[in-house]
Amino acid sequence: MSNDQPDDNGRRNAIVATSVVGGIGALCTAYPFVSTFAPSEKARAAGAPVEVDIAQLKEGERMVVEWRGKPVWILKRSKEMLDSLAKTESKVADPKSERKPSELTPEYCRNQARSIKPEILVAVGICSHLGCSPSGPFPTGANVALGDDMGFVCPCHGSTFDLAGRVWKAKPAPDNLEIPPHMYLTDTKLVIGEDKKGA
Amino acid sequence: MAAGKKEPVVVTGLGALDKPASGLLTWVDQRFPLMENWKTHLSEYYAPKNFNFWYFFGSLAMLVLVIQIVTGIFLVMHYKPDAAKAFESVEYIMREVPWGWLVRYMHSTGASMFFVVIYLHMFRGLIYGSYRKPRELIWVFGVMIFLCLMGEAFFGYLLPWGQMSYWGAQVIVNLASAIPVIGPDLAIWVRGDFVVGDATLNRFFSFHVIALPLVLLGLVAAHILALHEVGSNNPDGIDIKENKDPKTGIPVDGIPFHPYYTVHDIFGVVVFLMVFSAIVFFAPEMGGYFLEYNNFIPADPLKTPAHIAPVWYFTPYYSILRAMVWNFFWIDAKVWGVVAMGASTVIFFFLPWLDRSPVRSIRYRPTLHIYIYATFVVAFLILGYLGTLPPSPVGELVSQICTVIYFAFFLGMPWWSRWGQFKPVPARLTM
Repeated sequence: MSNDQPDDNGRRNAIVATSVVGGIGALCTAYPFVSTFAPSEKARAAGAPVEVDIAQLKEGERMVVEWRGKPVWILKRSKEMLDSLAKTESKVADPKSERKPSELTPEYCRNQARSIKPEILVAVGICSHLGCSPSGPFPTGANVALGDDMGFVCPCHGSTFDLAGRVWKAKPAPDNLEIPPHMYLTDTKLVIGEDKKGA
Repeated sequence: MAAGKKEPVVVTGLGALDKPASGLLTWVDQRFPLMENWKTHLSEYYAPKNFNFWYFFGSLAMLVLVIQIVTGIFLVMHYKPDAAKAFESVEYIMREVPWGWLVRYMHSTGASMFFVVIYLHMFRGLIYGSYRKPRELIWVFGVMIFLCLMGEAFFGYLLPWGQMSYWGAQVIVNLASAIPVIGPDLAIWVRGDFVVGDATLNRFFSFHVIALPLVLLGLVAAHILALHEVGSNNPDGIDIKENKDPKTGIPVDGIPFHPYYTVHDIFGVVVFLMVFSAIVFFAPEMGGYFLEYNNFIPADPLKTPAHIAPVWYFTPYYSILRAMVWNFFWIDAKVWGVVAMGASTVIFFFLPWLDRSPVRSIRYRPTLHIYIYATFVVAFLILGYLGTLPPSPVGELVSQICTVIYFAFFLGMPWWSRWGQFKPVPARLTM
């Protein structure tokens, strides 16, 4: 015959079309499998706000409650502890809580103490580096990494935080500890996971 | 009638079966390339005659793989991948299942011994230049096996659901969150929850017992097929195929793998199993290095143990992760830590192309190179040691220096591997 070109082209086009359609089919099939990795509806539904009574909390003491499976610390800071925040002001990376404010620090906590009431710190005790829960609070001189300052130390990679959960400069952790949305129902009753704005 | 009459197949290397083949073997061989494979991979696979101590670890890695698969099958019969029951079911295996403690200790010891033999096997490749042309793909498959094993070890470590299981998984999964933009969502996708939980445990179990073992077996097959295609390297780094007997076409410095190296390797297996049994029976926890003490405490999502460190085989990379504390180019130190840790393992892939030395084996390299290798090994060991310790300012500085040495070894290799006076390479193997 004069040439096989038209036939060959036709076959090639058919092969390309079949491959493309087959590829799309494979991708569509992959989608449900990939999706099964996402949190289930049950996991999404969990995470209701938690009510906490802090009447028994003594000065300098910390309690831990679980919210969305994460540890939330409630630390009642003494006068001395609050004063330490002025000393660490120059050592921390983000003293004014300006980084990722919508995720990390609700508007009503963007102050030096990062809290509604100066003495009560409510923070998610998960290091912003790789998710360990820092230890502490350590008093002055109790931990090598902190030296003469008070604060928290992450046991995993040595990031240090002051008593307002502000991360020190030049540490693996990039951000301050997250302050969860919270509000006071009474003077000693606290709701974590919900605030006036959100309610 | 159609099959007709066939000449009997003559086989060698099967002892008694060397005589005209038995009926059954002929029957099989006409349907499946049994003798052909036996010859290609064992009785007529010619390996250099001068394999030394370092050449035990390939076959030992296969042995440990078999131990892990067999003990794993039996552990799955009793283990429950459920966040509420997992820790308890491991204790059940240890205390209630008859001989369950032995199977479990074999599996946990096997995990550590796997890395012992793999690290020694990789070191062998490093000093004798076994990754050089034409063995690049053997090395690449090998590095993939290494990464796959690290995955196996990581996923498996979550299953006992102790404190170290939980917080180790938390840290490593959060590595994904360091990736800009998609990171946080990616970490949630991997965990299947907002924190490490039941969903995470179940999928890790699936990866550990099904997905990765399948990949691992495929990679091991590819590793060995590639090896048998190009032939084994040896401590002299000489190509034995360049010196063949003109009559038989067999390398004069080669000996058949079976029976010579099968017997040789059985000796290695016996010695290895003595060490392995000693660990299983007398020191299965190995002072907290093989089984960490904190992992005897059930997982508590609210409290990280005061000192958390990975199992010893991950500690060099963990130190590299911790060493990165500076923000460069407006990118967080956290991202650099993850990048450095990833790079420190992935960089092994490029070794065949980084090494420009005119000879393969360290035997014929300048003395300077021995010092360079020694410095690298010492830096690697120091990184490993520091990774087991809690963070400290001195440790941080030392690990930063060692991280620089680690990367300088690889990235500087195109230059330093050509420095110095090389020794003449002999034409035949030296024993």
